[in-house]
Amino acid sequence: MIEERFDAIVVGAGMAGNAAALTMAQRGMKVLQLERGEYSGSKNVQGAILYADMLEKLIPDFREEAPLERHLVEQRFWMLDDKSHVGLHYKSDDFNEEKPNRYTIIRAQFDKWFSSKVKEAGATVLCETTVTELAQDAYGKVIGVKTDRRDGEIHADVVVLAEGVNGLLGTRAGLRERPKPENVALAVKEMHFLPRETIEARFNLKGDEGAVIEAVGTISRGMTGMGFIYSNKECISLGIGCLVSDFQKTGETPYGLLERFKQHPSVAPLIEGSEVKEYSAHLIPEGGYNAIPELCGDGWVVVGDAAQLNNAVHREGSNLAMTSGRIAAEAIFQVKSRRDPMTKANLALYKKMLEDSFVIKDLKKYKDMPALLHNQSQNFFLTYPQLVSKAMQNFVRVDGTPKKEKESSTLRSFVSARSWTGLFGDAFRFARAWR
Amino acid sequence: MSTDVAVRVEDKLFYNRYQVDPGRAHIKVRPHTTPTPQLKALLNACPARCYELNDKGQVEITVDGCIECGTCRVIGEPSGDIEWSYPRGGYGVLFKFG
Ligand SMILES: Cc1cc2nc3c(=O)[nH]c(=O)nc-3n(C[C@H](O)[C@H](O)[C@H](O)COP(=O)(O)OP(=O)(O)OC[C@H]3O[C@@H](n4cnc5c(N)ncnc54)[C@H](O)[C@@H]3O)c2cc1C
Ligand code: SF4
Repeated sequence: MIEERFDAIVVGAGMAGNAAALTMAQRGMKVLQLERGEYSGSKNVQGAILYADMLEKLIPDFREEAPLERHLVEQRFWMLDDKSHVGLHYKSDDFNEEKPNRYTIIRAQFDKWFSSKVKEAGATVLCETTVTELAQDAYGKVIGVKTDRRDGEIHADVVVLAEGVNGLLGTRAGLRERPKPENVALAVKEMHFLPRETIEARFNLKGDEGAVIEAVGTISRGMTGMGFIYSNKECISLGIGCLVSDFQKTGETPYGLLERFKQHPSVAPLIEGSEVKEYSAHLIPEGGYNAIPELCGDGWVVVGDAAQLNNAVHREGSNLAMTSGRIAAEAIFQVKSRRDPMTKANLALYKKMLEDSFVIKDLKKYKDMPALLHNQSQNFFLTYPQLVSKAMQNFVRVDGTPKKEKESSTLRSFVSARSWTGLFGDAFRFARAWR
Repeated sequence: MSTDVAVRVEDKLFYNRYQVDPGRAHIKVRPHTTPTPQLKALLNACPARCYELNDKGQVEITVDGCIECGTCRVIGEPSGDIEWSYPRGGYGVLFKFG
């Protein structure tokens, strides 16, 4: 056993773990952070959009040194059928602001930098170390961790579980359940390299401006899922994710979906001639508010994806992870400053502070959305995109049919596909879940 | 059922960097004579196609190309069909971009 004792051990050096370790180290706590990858970020996959506000709270001048790709000036939402897309594009010069709001990043590089800040703040960071189990005393209180290193048990007053969506430790120790197939999406992603001028020309960008595309429709073959295309400086991140339960039901393959998405006539020209340099996959927690497990107990707290803190509707995860990590660290620091023990009752301060933040408020707002999209996936991801695209084609194609007839034929196609009750029901359910 | 585009996953995995830990498979399939529906689902759901049928119709795993996503754990661990762990610290897939 390693004799040295720490104030806190943080498991994981992703977004949540780095935020927690940094915050505690900045406050003078003795922190040990353990990461199984060769370096922070070497196991992590993301789209990736970084939301500046949440990072700014941790590192105010991050813009000066963080490896950022492009600041986002344009967001596109596409609804695809097999040959077309109906799009909503929002581009604003307001986003060319002095302190941009959103950036694209490359996770492996960003995490490495974030981790260097954690080390600078004084935390001990140990990579290439997999935590295999939590160490608990006879009463079940978490008193440290066991690792795959020799003499690998290490003790601390509190353990911050920032182990990501597939957190083994929490489930092995019975602190929370393993994620259910209907509560996690599997995303596959590729990195497509192209000269930066080509990217700028294809996405209509100047300099370091960036654009992102989120796409739903027939690409997910009736499964609950979404495709994404994000522009970086010299590459394009392109991927697609669907609920694991849907993959299980349909027998679709993740790489098959990705390939079809790449071949879609609206997508193919964006990546034409690119060189692929990586293929990756990762789970995304999509269960929302109803899937959040117990957030703390005697000697432990759980943050980020491990706690299912992920807003699938808005594609936000890393900012919730960073915020929950920071808040957990602040709560732990308060408990410690009062010289109180790290019991469940005292650590409940973290839960309270998280409930007062946007993290839980946002997840609560959309608590019915995951179930709705899951149960109605055929309609929302297959039928409607096809209908909308047909309606658009009918609207723009000039072929001598009187407009009135065109409109009633569009309406008829909606009603025959979904019936009036179905259409109103879907609209009503959607509005209620959005509220 | 399955998709109509031919994809060679091996070609995709070829882009990736791995630190293989020989003789220490981090995922194991429970010995079986006929695969359960969960095990069969892994043949298609694994993004690295680590699961294959052998000539006896049983599901086998080769973990070398595993990208550690956890999908098979979510599907196959509750039924006891597989045992899932992370590779030892420092081993397994190494993302340069992620
Ligand atoms: C394809 C994709 C696209 C996404 N796009 C976006 C986006 O655009 N914007 C956004 O905000 N969010 C996005 N997300 C979500 C975001 O990536 C996550 O919410 C975020 O990474 C969660 O951070 P985390 O620290 O909780 O977990 P992670 O970042 O997953 O970090 C967990 C860390 O713990 C380590 N670890 C796990 N177990 C152990 C162990 N036993 N011992 C030692 N170390 C361990 C892992 O190696 C890892 O480094 C996306 C996710 C995916 C998969
Ligand atoms: S963890 Fe993911 S990549 Fe690895 S075997 Fe399981 S499903 Fe396949």
